[in-house]
Amino acid sequence: MGKRVGIIGVGQTHHASQRLDASGVELIAEAVTRALDDAELTVKDIDAVVIGNMDHFENINYVDMWAVDGLGAVMKPVFKVTTGGTTGTTIAACAFYTVASGLFDVVLAVGWEKNSESDTQAAVATCANPVLERDFFAGAIGPLATEYSMYMKAYGATEEDAAIVAARERNNALNNPYAHVRQAVTVEDVLKSPMLSYPIKFLDMCPRSDGACAVIFAVEEKAKKLCPKPAWVHASVVRHDYTHFGDLEWTFMPTLERASAEAYKLAGITNPLKEFDVAELYLPASTCGVKWMDSLWFCEHGEAPKLVRKGVFDMDGELPVNPSGGVICTNPIGATGLIRVGEAAWQIMGRAGARQVENARLALVTGFGGCSWSDVMILGADLP
Amino acid sequence: MSDWKKSITPMVFPGKIAVPYTWTVGSTLSKFYCELRDNGKIWANKCPACKTVFVPPKVKCIHCYRDPSIWVELPGTGTVESYTIVRYEEPMLHPRKAPFVYGLIKMDGADTCMVHIIDEIEPEKVKVGMRVEAVLSENREGNILDISHFRPVK
Repeated sequence: MGKRVGIIGVGQTHHASQRLDASGVELIAEAVTRALDDAELTVKDIDAVVIGNMDHFENINYVDMWAVDGLGAVMKPVFKVTTGGTTGTTIAACAFYTVASGLFDVVLAVGWEKNSESDTQAAVATCANPVLERDFFAGAIGPLATEYSMYMKAYGATEEDAAIVAARERNNALNNPYAHVRQAVTVEDVLKSPMLSYPIKFLDMCPRSDGACAVIFAVEEKAKKLCPKPAWVHASVVRHDYTHFGDLEWTFMPTLERASAEAYKLAGITNPLKEFDVAELYLPASTCGVKWMDSLWFCEHGEAPKLVRKGVFDMDGELPVNPSGGVICTNPIGATGLIRVGEAAWQIMGRAGARQVENARLALVTGFGGCSWSDVMILGADLP
Repeated sequence: MSDWKKSITPMVFPGKIAVPYTWTVGSTLSKFYCELRDNGKIWANKCPACKTVFVPPKVKCIHCYRDPSIWVELPGTGTVESYTIVRYEEPMLHPRKAPFVYGLIKMDGADTCMVHIIDEIEPEKVKVGMRVEAVLSENREGNILDISHFRPVK
């Protein structure tokens, strides 16, 4: 067992499809400045920094060097991590490990991306094995469309089930001043939006955004001193299983099942649907907001559409999912997972503004990347 | 089975993806480049706390993490702190054919050095401590080559 760790400050940029007013370094500085302000700290209080993004999206390697002024990391230990879509949650996991190790007291985690600087789909395609499956595997939509097709066939889930999720999240984003896409939509609007790759339509899918997020982790003694209500880390679990597209089980998400089962065990959670007060989940498409609910142990395999239709995951439901509007409203890829952590921390800290879930004391966070990687983090108001 | 590789040419696939990258210059460096392009002036920014003057300008002070919000115009003269003579060709990137000189130039009024080309002098005659001045390009487009090069002060 390591040291207990709490989140004591969160900052994020106002996200957009293109932030022409700010360079990558300036986006990073905006998020870091806001996190320091949120925690009422200065850069002198930071002992180490973890930063990450996806190099292919900007074609500048080495952000830990060229962004060091905006990052506030001059003469500090800086660690860069990059794990595809899970980058943001991996940054959080690494910051947590760094503090929990007892070697650093206060660690700044920063994720960022400037997707406007390249062709995101072409850049994403470079993640696929170039001598085997890159030719048709290109892009992020295909695999998600294929897995939901399989789920529909196996359990009778529908396009409308996904559209309910899309409308829910897009309307939630109206309460989030930082969200990239803030537009009221109906289930009908989603179903009528242009088809991208069956069964995923335009309004089912995440955008690509410019943005950054910063989250400050502190060891127990410091967290108690510096923050009236830290969001304590109860569990942080990572599971990766990439082989080839055709090797994987697609009617459920094995990595998410294994990661969440382990995290629940660490946090002593036996009935996740009842025990969690709020969830910020990395759902890159609305279809995942149906299918992956099975894999988080909220219900038996194939039962998720019923929960979605009952409104269990709505703001006034049993477990509000993505009060922020989630990934389909904001997606600066290297920051996306960290925004989930930051939003969940704000829920626990009572700082989530118009999207606050009343008396949120236990929050579930996930990250998704590759095919198929899952990160799970659990945050709570009580000491773990 | 061990012989089959002898009868074929080792396989290598060419890449198909060419990503068209662009980079947002941002508020801080846009101010620097606009002054250079439109007014032919070299501006630096200064930290209000520790008074360090940065050229090219910084997003945040590297010492205090404050916004270097005070802008100052520099005279365009400076001193060579170090240099090298580049003798190989990198035609995709280098703005000059080899041999050319690039060096660290400590601008008068600034605390940091600017990296740039030193020209109008035989490479072998460049010296550390030499006084130089910026020569602006005639057609300026808002980039670092709006300063064509530095040359010895006559």
